[in-house]
Amino acid sequence: MTDHHAPAPGPVTAQDARIAPKPPLRRFRQASWDEKLVFELGGPGERGVLVPAPDPSIEVPEIPAALRRTAPPALPELSQQQVLRHYLRLSQENLGADLNIDVGQGTCTMKYSPKVNDRFVRDPRVAALHPLQDEDTVQGVLRVLHELERLLAEISGMDRVSLQPAAGSAAIYANVSMIRAYFADRGELEQRDEVITTLFSHPSNAACAKTAGFKVITLHPDADGYPDIGALKAAVGPRTAALLITNPEDTGIYNPRIEEFVRIVHAAGGLCAYDQANANGILGITRARDAGFDLCHFNLHKTFSTPHACGGPAAGACAVTEELAPYLPHPTVESDGERLFLDHDRPRSVGKMRPFHGVVPNLVRAYAWIRSLGAEGLRAAAETAVLNNNYLLHKVRRIPGVSVPYAEGRPRVEQVRYSWQKLYEDTGVHSEDIGLRAADFGTHYWTSHHPYVVPEPMTLEPTESYSRADLDEYAAILAEVAREAYEDPETVRTAPHRSTVHRVRPEALDDPGTWAVSWRAYRRKILGESP
Amino acid sequence: MTHPYIPNAVPAVRRAMLDEIGATSVEEFYADIPESIRLHRPLNLPAPLRSEAELVRHMDELLSLNTGTDQALSFLGSGCYRHHVPAVVDEVVNRSEFLTAYAGEPYEDHGRFQALWEYQSMMAELLDVDVVNVPVYDGFQAAGTALRMAGRITGRRRLVVATALDADKLSRIRDYVRPDHEVTVVPVDRESGGADLAAVREALAAGDTAAVYAESPSALGLVDENLPALADLAHGAGALYVVGCNPLTLGVLAPPSSYGADIACGDIQPLGIHQSYGGGNAGFIATRDEPHLVAEFPSRLFGLVPTQVEGEYGFGDVAYERTSFARREEGKEWVGTAAALHGIGAGVYLALMGPRGMREIGETILALTAYARRRLAHVPGVEVPFGDAPHFADFTIRYTGSRTADEVRALLKERGVFGGVPTGITAPAGTGKAAFDPREAAFCVTEVHTKADIDRLATTLEEIVK
Repeated sequence: MTDHHAPAPGPVTAQDARIAPKPPLRRFRQASWDEKLVFELGGPGERGVLVPAPDPSIEVPEIPAALRRTAPPALPELSQQQVLRHYLRLSQENLGADLNIDVGQGTCTMKYSPKVNDRFVRDPRVAALHPLQDEDTVQGVLRVLHELERLLAEISGMDRVSLQPAAGSAAIYANVSMIRAYFADRGELEQRDEVITTLFSHPSNAACAKTAGFKVITLHPDADGYPDIGALKAAVGPRTAALLITNPEDTGIYNPRIEEFVRIVHAAGGLCAYDQANANGILGITRARDAGFDLCHFNLHKTFSTPHACGGPAAGACAVTEELAPYLPHPTVESDGERLFLDHDRPRSVGKMRPFHGVVPNLVRAYAWIRSLGAEGLRAAAETAVLNNNYLLHKVRRIPGVSVPYAEGRPRVEQVRYSWQKLYEDTGVHSEDIGLRAADFGTHYWTSHHPYVVPEPMTLEPTESYSRADLDEYAAILAEVAREAYEDPETVRTAPHRSTVHRVRPEALDDPGTWAVSWRAYRRKILGESP
Repeated sequence: MTHPYIPNAVPAVRRAMLDEIGATSVEEFYADIPESIRLHRPLNLPAPLRSEAELVRHMDELLSLNTGTDQALSFLGSGCYRHHVPAVVDEVVNRSEFLTAYAGEPYEDHGRFQALWEYQSMMAELLDVDVVNVPVYDGFQAAGTALRMAGRITGRRRLVVATALDADKLSRIRDYVRPDHEVTVVPVDRESGGADLAAVREALAAGDTAAVYAESPSALGLVDENLPALADLAHGAGALYVVGCNPLTLGVLAPPSSYGADIACGDIQPLGIHQSYGGGNAGFIATRDEPHLVAEFPSRLFGLVPTQVEGEYGFGDVAYERTSFARREEGKEWVGTAAALHGIGAGVYLALMGPRGMREIGETILALTAYARRRLAHVPGVEVPFGDAPHFADFTIRYTGSRTADEVRALLKERGVFGGVPTGITAPAGTGKAAFDPREAAFCVTEVHTKADIDRLATTLEEIVK
């Protein structure tokens, strides 16, 4: 041991003991463990966990030879702590929303997921429930589902809600499936084979409609960035099944003529489904029903705070009018006045959208979140999300090289799609580069869905969760990276420098001869090993 | 209103931010929302439980109305399984870094890319194929997509289901493939419970079949010895062979690829995911590494690539142009937030289990299932169908006395035993019944059960079943 407490040569002054104030931008370094692949760890015979053996009197039955596994799977063999350490290192190489100022994943509503709500879902009275238990033994969870349906019905203005869809896109698909069943019932499905959506609605609106068998018409924005009402009028007709639309759109621009859009589609005999992925700024302000919609869906992992879990499990909720309620996925949760029960007897239902009753842990979290805030709290969340967004907009638009396309002079609701086009023209630095350089400062951002209608896009959505100081820090990081792009573009173009790894060489990913979706494929194709 | 979740709702902060923007109130930001669609009243919601203590108390009151399978003796299965979840799995999936991350780049989110790529790789070893996707929502979705993949590859219309299939799963598949496919369910052989090969051959004779679909184990819990023969029938008809399987069986049972499956699919809930009232699911799809198969995946497929620095592992999306993220409705089906964290958890599970753990758990469950079927067959008033056919976890029995399966189930529950769900609730399609048999019930045993648990079930049934 070296002695760190060797006496100083002279008396220590206060000045000597003074720690300099933090610089304006944090000197972040991400964990980089240089961790091997799990297949390169451990060794033969090591065990991570043991399995109970059956009573010795019980024999393992004979399996017919063709169905018996002959060679054991080449899984890694590790001791328990090796497994734990490997995955904890990987977790440290991942920047969760609990750690960074996660305002950069626009459209994703990265709000705080309260820790207390995680407690409820880890409780065995949720985690150890089986979906086929007697209803008398699950009245608590049924109460949560029943109440959550009522809360979301009030928030959307709709009559009935299904909590079964596994995620936002699954909820879009469930809505399209209900639309299909509705027109099939009326004998109009053959005729009504078109769905209309907008370019700034999530791509899953177009993709789910196509998957469900509809032709897709996509409305492009007008010169101001609003969905083009002239294009809508030209598109609707006797073939229109539905309009699937987000509002505010992924640009953060609210379509003020939304009622007229709905009226136009209704007049043509179509239904209107509202993708409320961007509902966070309008909770308690305006509702799907108020604008005339027949169906809508919420992403509970966005607006209602359940964690994003590296890309799910999420949870979706479809809300519909009484007219469409018969088509909801089954079962529904009903009350006979004394107890709650599951109603499987719904003959016009579209059927099951996923196993059992939905992603229950996230339904519990969403319920707890709404109950902790109430009506006033939900409105405060919405207003603060919008305030934060316009505050960040006010700061970011002053950064050289940034522009805010469309709807000049109009406010944005809960997010903004910015453009770095000018900076790109000036410096040759792309938006992706800036996002990756931001990782060197402990944060990141997302550009936009494809196609890039807004050139060199960046989509920021600050939600209600971040403090003013957080927003100031985020804007300062962007300003610093923009300054670097003008003064030292190479640093930005080659970023990240302080993240877990450096720029990947992605060429192999699109070539069937070199893509490697698994370790065995890598060994075979790249290392030339024969299995 | 201020709240711990909403920092800038503090009036002074709000005022200062508005001043900096140059706005008088938040209302200015809502200028584009017309008066006509404004909600001019507060939402009608219950009063908030503002403090954490109040919320916990309320939730505890609700949860106390539940009785978990840990407080009873549960033999419930049928698509959601009670297995032991290793503590290390919980530790990893509850890490904030994984739980709260979303869709970052393979730099600041390197960890999730590596963990999911390793999950793909371990599943690939288990399934003995080279390509496994980042998880989709659940096994239902995986089956629906696998069948649509087969449809796109063959350009054909018909789908033939050859083994007993959960009714809910069939409902989901039917709805999902409706635009392009019709589903023919071939009833299974009533004696053996397995596929009726002659009937499948007949169904295929009509032609235009995109895929034959079978499950291992089937919805009856049965491991069908005809699974390899179905591959020959499918391929002979120019169809693909799609097999849904429980991945937990694969330490002891042959992977579907070994007996001719072109696409394997299923649910990874048995791999270390809690039951959560049926809310813990994630689906996998697996194929050989052939471009025409890979091209049809809608889901994300992570790939391993070099970085600019020697010896660093980098990751990215393989053949991204397939996806709806890249090409909207021109992509394959759609991709979106699905069930990634369950993939990470299942990866931890497989790393803990290793090849020996997977073999042992398979043997234990096969042995206990066989014992349970033998033991219950000795209960007067109980018949156990399908002879000595191997079963894994799930199995069905039939009551020959006066009581229906639902009556027996309720009496079991009163005695602290969960199980014996009438198969009518999840009526396996393809069991050849016009209406469900009200005396047939499903049970399930896993490695968490002991011989004594099964004996207790048997003696309890002896009291009830007349």
